[in-house]
Amino acid sequence: MIQMLAEIAISALLVIGGLFALVGSYGLIKLPDLMTRLHAPTKASTLGVGGVLLGSMGYSALQGSPSWHELLVTIFLFLTAPITCNFIAKAWIARQTRPEDLPPTGTARPWATHDLTEDPIEPALTPKGRPGRPS
Amino acid sequence: MIFYAIGFACACFGAGLLMTLWRVVFSPSVPDRILALDTMVVNVIALIVLWGMITGSGLYFEAALLFAMTGFVSSVAYAKFILRGDIIE
Repeated sequence: MIQMLAEIAISALLVIGGLFALVGSYGLIKLPDLMTRLHAPTKASTLGVGGVLLGSMGYSALQGSPSWHELLVTIFLFLTAPITCNFIAKAWIARQTRPEDLPPTGTARPWATHDLTEDPIEPALTPKGRPGRPS
Repeated sequence: MIFYAIGFACACFGAGLLMTLWRVVFSPSVPDRILALDTMVVNVIALIVLWGMITGSGLYFEAALLFAMTGFVSSVAYAKFILRGDIIE
């Protein structure tokens, strides 16, 4: 009985993970713009792979030799997907937009992607005339 | 039942891999290509894990972890290169 329930749970994890990854990859070719296209792989595909890895953990536990290794890959993917997404978005901003197209930042400095100054960096969010962090 | 679920998941990830390959070949800009390659790495990790489940060997976990690390580092390095023209400043 317990084994039957475990098999159903593992199968559900695998099927749902596969469907999520399929939706993520389909969104990659379906959505119109890079900034919208970033959503599909970084959210849906990562969740799909997480489901498959959890299913693999449950499968090895069902075989009698439980392993926690797959959790490492899951945590690694969940931690690194936003970083990659952020870098790709910054690269797109640097290539496709001009500084005057972007909304104002509300600080004394422009957007960090277009900030090509060689001056030493001062704290941007501190108002002028007040002591900021020691730089 | 698990066998059929593994087959279904393999079909899903394989179809996703073909879609990302299409996006790599016909991509409008370079950041799109990086995104498609990153998604391709994620799909391949899932396929490696599924193959490890089919064969019942624990060896494929190491390959999946190595693939995740090299995929992340190469994606970030490529994005950094087209962002600044240099990888390590």
